Amino acid sequence: MSGQGGEFTSHFSSQFNQELENLRSRVLAMGTVVEKQIGDAVTALATGNENMARSVIGGDLHVNQLEVYLDEECRRILARRQPAAGDLRLVFAVIKAVTDIERIGDSAKSVARMAIKLIEAKPTGTVPSLAHLGELVREMVQKAIGAFAGMDVNVALGVERADIAADDEYRSVMRALTTRMTEDPKAIDWALNLILAARALERAGDHAKNISEYLIYLVQGKDVRHVSLEDRERQVQDRASRQSTQPADEPRNT
Amino acid sequence: MDGPIVNAPLRPDVGATSIAEETVKAEVRELSFFYGSGMQALKSVSMSLAENKVTALIGPSGCGKSTLLRCFNRMHDLYPGNRYDGEIIIHPDGVNVLGPDVDPIEMRMRMSMVFQKPNPFPKSIYENVAYGLRVRGVKRAGLIDEQVERALTDSALWGEVKDRLQDQAYNLSGGQQQRLCIARALAVEPEILLFDEPTSALDPIATASIEELIAELRNRVTILIVTHNMQQAARVSDYTAFMYLGELVEFGDADDFFTNPKQKRTEDYITGRYG
Repeated sequence: MSGQGGEFTSHFSSQFNQELENLRSRVLAMGTVVEKQIGDAVTALATGNENMARSVIGGDLHVNQLEVYLDEECRRILARRQPAAGDLRLVFAVIKAVTDIERIGDSAKSVARMAIKLIEAKPTGTVPSLAHLGELVREMVQKAIGAFAGMDVNVALGVERADIAADDEYRSVMRALTTRMTEDPKAIDWALNLILAARALERAGDHAKNISEYLIYLVQGKDVRHVSLEDRERQVQDRASRQSTQPADEPRNT
Repeated sequence: MDGPIVNAPLRPDVGATSIAEETVKAEVRELSFFYGSGMQALKSVSMSLAENKVTALIGPSGCGKSTLLRCFNRMHDLYPGNRYDGEIIIHPDGVNVLGPDVDPIEMRMRMSMVFQKPNPFPKSIYENVAYGLRVRGVKRAGLIDEQVERALTDSALWGEVKDRLQDQAYNLSGGQQQRLCIARALAVEPEILLFDEPTSALDPIATASIEELIAELRNRVTILIVTHNMQQAARVSDYTAFMYLGELVEFGDADDFFTNPKQKRTEDYITGRYG
């Protein structure tokens, strides 16, 4: 402590700081891995690249290992450091986010499995494309992880808005697939696989949205789950503007 | 006891609007304190104590938290040259503890203090607890017996000492001695209990038993506790205040205080990042 003028001027560069930084960077690394998994799974589905699909399925093991490592690290920090305030929110947000990131990995694996089944089914005629839905979801995952990296609540809010577009695209894909199955009962076999793949992508988008909600909690200490998007944007922006108009050491009211 | 449902003059810039829902037992109003040397240890501190709740004061050494605690029972009067500026109002009667006409002895009867190191009198266990009652003029043996038993029960010590009440207090373990001091404080039925780092000399098990006791007592008495142990403040307090260099930096509901403090200095302190 400086002891001068009531200011805390510098921070300890402690082991604890390194542990927290390590936690954050591992989460980002795990997020980057699943973002690539989703992208590759969607490409494998669109191009019929079986090798790529198998590589996604194999890659899920690495995601699972990262999940176990991060859970263990969070447990250790809670037990040994008893984090408080922002540190506590970081550990809490990481525990929550890791589960969602792992599930995004599972979704990528499901899409890759469906890609292989689609290759084996050899569909004829027009096959509705999941490329747009896949790209929307991959971008959501990328932005949710990016928001975590930059501690940026505006990027996180962007993910929430993107989820509406992804849900719309999901419904549109489902309509196209239903129509295709009605017109041609022989298509049902492979179209069901595409329905499951679309469902997995839609779920991955929901997980990305969850991650962005944890980020808002981490930065602002505000739980925005189960709040309408409009209310959420207003709350987040109000808080952000209050924080930016007051210097860090000036009193803040809530 | 019906104190006002207040509108306490909390400084608006230190947060904590939630105490407005509580009955206020005591209000510190723009309190400054100067030691005889001229050193100013408190700088216009304002905060309220909610009735039958635990309020914890935390902060680094020399921040003024113990000085503030000791203002409540006028302990600073014991040394010449010390000077108070401001008020500490106790409800429901609205008396100013620091008023020039107020008898410090009377205030100390209304507010009992438990110190860092257990400090039983060199007397029997029974006499330690009965002492305050005798000083108050209680003479009837039956009544004293009754009060001693109740105070020892309330301090979770009765079961351990009921068969050895005439033993010397010094024969008790450190944790038991501290609970005896709490019993001694409770015997005179104070309105506010002041704890000055009550567990810093105790082992973890004795510490846990004192914290358990504080949790039980909070339903009956208003508690103000100074502690160096942040986790202890997080465990026992309903409201928490962070002091630094004689100023109150932040005061608020303990749940919010330890998960989402409003002030950067509070955040830095409770996350161990001051340097």
